[in-house]
Amino acid sequence: MTRNVRDLAQDLLYLIVLLLVPACLYVVFAVVPTEQRMGVVQRIFYFHVPCAFAAFLGVALCALFSALYLKTRDRRHDIVAHASAELGVLFCTIVLVTGPIWARPVWGVWWTGEVRLTSTLVLWLIYVGYLVLRQNAENPDQAARWGAVVGIVGALDVPIIYKSVEWWRGLHPRVLKVSGGGGLDPAMEKALMLCTVTILLLFLYLLIQRSRLGLLQEQIEALAFAERRAPASAGAAPHPTGARS
Amino acid sequence: MDYLKTVALVAGKDLRTELRSRDQVVTLLFFALLVLVVFNFAFDFTVIDFVTLGAGVLWVAFIFSGVLALSHSFQIEREEERIQGILLAPIDRSAFYLGKVLATILFMSVVEAILVPVSVLMFNYHFSAQVGLAILVLILNTIGFAAVGTLFSAMTTRTRRSELLLPLLLFPAAVPVALAAVKTTSHVLAGRPFERYASWLALSAAYDLIFLSAAVLLFDFVLEE
Amino acid sequence: MSGGAPPGPEATSAALRARSLGKRYGSFPALDRIDLEIPAGQFVLLLGPNGAGKSTLLRLFATLIRPTSGEVLIHGAPAAGEEAAGLRRRIGLLSHHTFLYDHLTGRENLLFYARLYGLPDPGRAARDALRAVGLEERSEDLVRTYSRGMQQRLAIARASLHAPDILLLDEPFTGLDREATDRLQDNLRRAREARRTCVMATHDFAAGVPLADRVVILRAGRVALDRAAAGLDAAAVETLFRNTTRPVAEGVERSWTT
Repeated sequence: MTRNVRDLAQDLLYLIVLLLVPACLYVVFAVVPTEQRMGVVQRIFYFHVPCAFAAFLGVALCALFSALYLKTRDRRHDIVAHASAELGVLFCTIVLVTGPIWARPVWGVWWTGEVRLTSTLVLWLIYVGYLVLRQNAENPDQAARWGAVVGIVGALDVPIIYKSVEWWRGLHPRVLKVSGGGGLDPAMEKALMLCTVTILLLFLYLLIQRSRLGLLQEQIEALAFAERRAPASAGAAPHPTGARS
Repeated sequence: MDYLKTVALVAGKDLRTELRSRDQVVTLLFFALLVLVVFNFAFDFTVIDFVTLGAGVLWVAFIFSGVLALSHSFQIEREEERIQGILLAPIDRSAFYLGKVLATILFMSVVEAILVPVSVLMFNYHFSAQVGLAILVLILNTIGFAAVGTLFSAMTTRTRRSELLLPLLLFPAAVPVALAAVKTTSHVLAGRPFERYASWLALSAAYDLIFLSAAVLLFDFVLEE
Repeated sequence: MSGGAPPGPEATSAALRARSLGKRYGSFPALDRIDLEIPAGQFVLLLGPNGAGKSTLLRLFATLIRPTSGEVLIHGAPAAGEEAAGLRRRIGLLSHHTFLYDHLTGRENLLFYARLYGLPDPGRAARDALRAVGLEERSEDLVRTYSRGMQQRLAIARASLHAPDILLLDEPFTGLDREATDRLQDNLRRAREARRTCVMATHDFAAGVPLADRVVILRAGRVALDRAAAGLDAAAVETLFRNTTRPVAEGVERSWTT
């Protein structure tokens, strides 16, 4: 019964995301007026900014579920933490790709030492490191513990990184404000809101699906181990074996 | 009190083994010097001001040799599974962590103490900085680097790709210390007033405090087998 | 329970006890619901094919790893959380790895461990331990100059430095020549006479069986056989071993443990 309710909620979420994504595209490309100074490329910010929010959400959820995992040692917490980090990297990648696409026509360069973009690159590197470290662990247990440690350290580090890069460059005030927030047309503001809600719901949907997938994967592995061990525990006929060391 | 004794015991053991095998300290020093030499060729320091670039050059050398020191620190414990001997002892494992951090700080300090004067000579710099402040700057940033590095290297040295994984994890995480280190060092070298970089020092100190405490709390989970 | 374990003062509460103990690595069950009670003073021979869970069980007893389910009791006290550190004092572990530092001398190695254990007189503990394994003359030489056999003797001294009443032995005969094996056997016999509780995982039937009070065979993470060793010789145990264990697919057993 509860299972059905949960499935229903997921289907509903899926449906909402399915409707919202084309709605966003329509609003961004057909409804919102073109920004006068930057031109049509400014529209990329309706995806760029919400993806940055999603990336931060991934980092925060990863740290939260990492701490929960260390406390409870519940495999499910680790699966969610892992999925959050993966999605964090995914959305962070979108941020890093869309940023330069915007910067090229507006600033005339693909990449500058812009504060937020540089910090976001560092953040991306940390969580790529998280994924690579997990892959190199000896067993899923170790991967979970190591992941949890890096997930927590990474989340503590992110605000310090942003602060230090900001100081390093000297303040670049209102870079984002000019293009995305300050003095926005009300229609633009609403579009940004809609896109943010959509991307965050998409994030949530992907997180649930990825976590379920991870859980199923573990269940299959457990079944496979049980299957292959079954003849051994049936206590069948004795069989010669050497004592290998 | 017992806790501090354990910290000192572990650090003392590391110093003794490393000084006796010698190759570690010598390798670190030569590696760091090599970095300086490479930069000496790469940039023409008769044209470029040492104050502008020197701090960056120095910290590249410190950080690269620091990574070597960090990975060696736990490779020693992995050989012959010595780490199990440590884990079996009735000690607080965070004391072992702090001992390792302390030893790494000492090794890096030796490299720094030799490299700074050498670079001053090499790049014909007229040294006028206050020595006390210079030491404070070096120590504060070395602590942060060693704190995070020791936590990470306890994990990466268990993998087959440790020499790649440690920098991959450590460099991005250490960006704040690296930036603070270069900024403050260049200010100190230029003999600028303390107020100009006091906030950077505060950032380094905060970084040290946050990650030393986090690592003390988390280290047990890293070492558990 | 078995021939060689006379009831000591602590016989009422088992020296080591596994209570429905389980350890999973992700979804791989390394140990599955193990129930074992080892009275003080008993010498248990732990057998099983590779990947059956011998090392995992020893590491659980040594509090080196955390069980996924169930618990380990050391002299009746649960070996978890804050308590574990204190209980570790009662345990010594000897494996085929020596845990020794090449660039320290024999004495320095023992001093380091003695201080780590917070022994009241580390110097004396190190001296006594060196004498017990006959390494006094070489005590000032670096361990890297020792032969494999001498290193293993120093490892024994290291493992028993803090006079633990429980000795865990993980393949201690691996890599030893005949003479060193005999010496190690002598040492273990003495430990047994001193009523130390011993659990030894080994593949060396000839060296292990004569010491044992009890034989426990693990297979695929479960106890497959548990009986007194009285009246069994090495050959008989080997036959038992063959009859209880069957080759299990190497890939399954080793995939998470290597």
